[in-house]
Amino acid sequence: MSEVSLPAPVPAITPETKPFWEGTTQGKLLLPRCDNCGQLIWYPRGFCPECGSLHLSWTQASGRGSIYSFTINRRGQGDYRDVDAYALAYVELEEGPRILTNIVDCDLASLAIGQPVEVVFHDTGQGAALPRFRPRR
Amino acid sequence: MSIKGKAFIVGAYEHPERRLPDKSVAQIHAEVALGALADAGLSLKDVDGFFSDAAGMGLGALSMADYLGLKLSTMDSTDTGGSSYLCHVGHAATAIAEGKCHVALVTLAGKGRGAGGRGVSEAPEVGFEAPYGPVVVAWYALAARRHMHEFGTTSAQLAEIKVAAAHHAQYNPRAFLPTPVSVEEVLASPLVADPLHRLDCCVITDGGGAVVLVSPEVARDLKRRKVKILGHGEAPKHTMNGHVDLTYTGARWSGPRAFEEAGVKPSDIQYASIYDSFTITVLETIEDLGFCEKGQGGRFVLDGGLQSPHGKLPFNTDGGGLCNNHPANRGGMTKILEAVRQLRGEANPEVQVPNCELALAHGTGGSIGSRMGSATLILGSEDA
Repeated sequence: MSEVSLPAPVPAITPETKPFWEGTTQGKLLLPRCDNCGQLIWYPRGFCPECGSLHLSWTQASGRGSIYSFTINRRGQGDYRDVDAYALAYVELEEGPRILTNIVDCDLASLAIGQPVEVVFHDTGQGAALPRFRPRR
Repeated sequence: MSIKGKAFIVGAYEHPERRLPDKSVAQIHAEVALGALADAGLSLKDVDGFFSDAAGMGLGALSMADYLGLKLSTMDSTDTGGSSYLCHVGHAATAIAEGKCHVALVTLAGKGRGAGGRGVSEAPEVGFEAPYGPVVVAWYALAARRHMHEFGTTSAQLAEIKVAAAHHAQYNPRAFLPTPVSVEEVLASPLVADPLHRLDCCVITDGGGAVVLVSPEVARDLKRRKVKILGHGEAPKHTMNGHVDLTYTGARWSGPRAFEEAGVKPSDIQYASIYDSFTITVLETIEDLGFCEKGQGGRFVLDGGLQSPHGKLPFNTDGGGLCNNHPANRGGMTKILEAVRQLRGEANPEVQVPNCELALAHGTGGSIGSRMGSATLILGSEDA
């Protein structure tokens, strides 16, 4: 089974999350880090759910990680309606957070939990690129 | 009982700004929460009850609990428009009086001036999930795959859950899918989001249900067999700041709260209605409620373990959401209804648990792949 190209729907971009999406257009995966307790935060937000601080800075992630779990979904809806099958996954970044994404540029039948992956960015053409992941070679 | 003198307002805060075009609604919730807690001399870590309409926030108070990182024993998203917050204070006081929580946070946030946000979901997570195509079944498939990876659970074991539900549904003349199925038939049904097959999924139906609760004084004069509320527990479970763990559900917390209030233990339960949006939902929930050890659910359901009346834990004797009914994609009400039938002795005769006096009903809302609301009820017969 080989991968078809996936749609790149435009994400909801708010003032709170705009720096993240701007980073994606420059090929950077940015994570908020709490200025107070030092914890990394995912999903990106202007608030630390560990200590309640409103003071955060952006830090660049390596873009490397491994598959925490995945599924090959065959019943896409909306933008994915015409996609026969695609891999939805949680990738655990080297920095710790588990983030929802797609695994691309891969043989869907060969995916496995624990498999090393790296980020690629799929431009939506509207001020954001979607971080997706492909097997690390 | 009354709330009179049982709860106090100890912190209050009004956001100082009147124009906030650059803040998300979630941010405004966070800022007023911090303001009121600071006024009280408390912190977010102290909060165990959350009351907010959280309008537009996806799953309401649940989405905001995820954003704020709250660890809760009770929450409420009642929305009655502008009067919601007075309802919330009343509901929070009741919860405190009942011991369901000790520190309740009530928040309002919104952008009445619009700022281009009208009609757009304010769910704070939506930008980081929706673009990847996470349909409902795929979320649950992620959980199933991880459970298999960690504990060796198999698709055949998940199929046993559907087989038990279908076994029960054959005796329910109103069941949407009344035909018994085999493990082989489940495994031969098309993969929807692997490892979940079509027959791992619940039905999609129209319909609904309702219950009426009264005081003991009112109950005394009514003729129908009564069902006693013995215990209740609830908990949100969410993505835990990037540390989502797909191998367990919020039942891990809601179950013990309900058992403690009822003064009973899992082995006392004679019948259980277990939320069954997908087979994996049941498997993780029976582990989390303590009917077996974590990771042993796959073995527990073998050999008719869930089948009534002879299994270890007769479950969903109406056929459940997997075969009978899942109205509006919300299966919690029908879980209560079948537990009531069992305790009244009015389940279908072939699947009635003999002398059923103690039952459990458990609901799972949202998604076990991200954020969920879990709620457990312990119900007893009239004389329990």
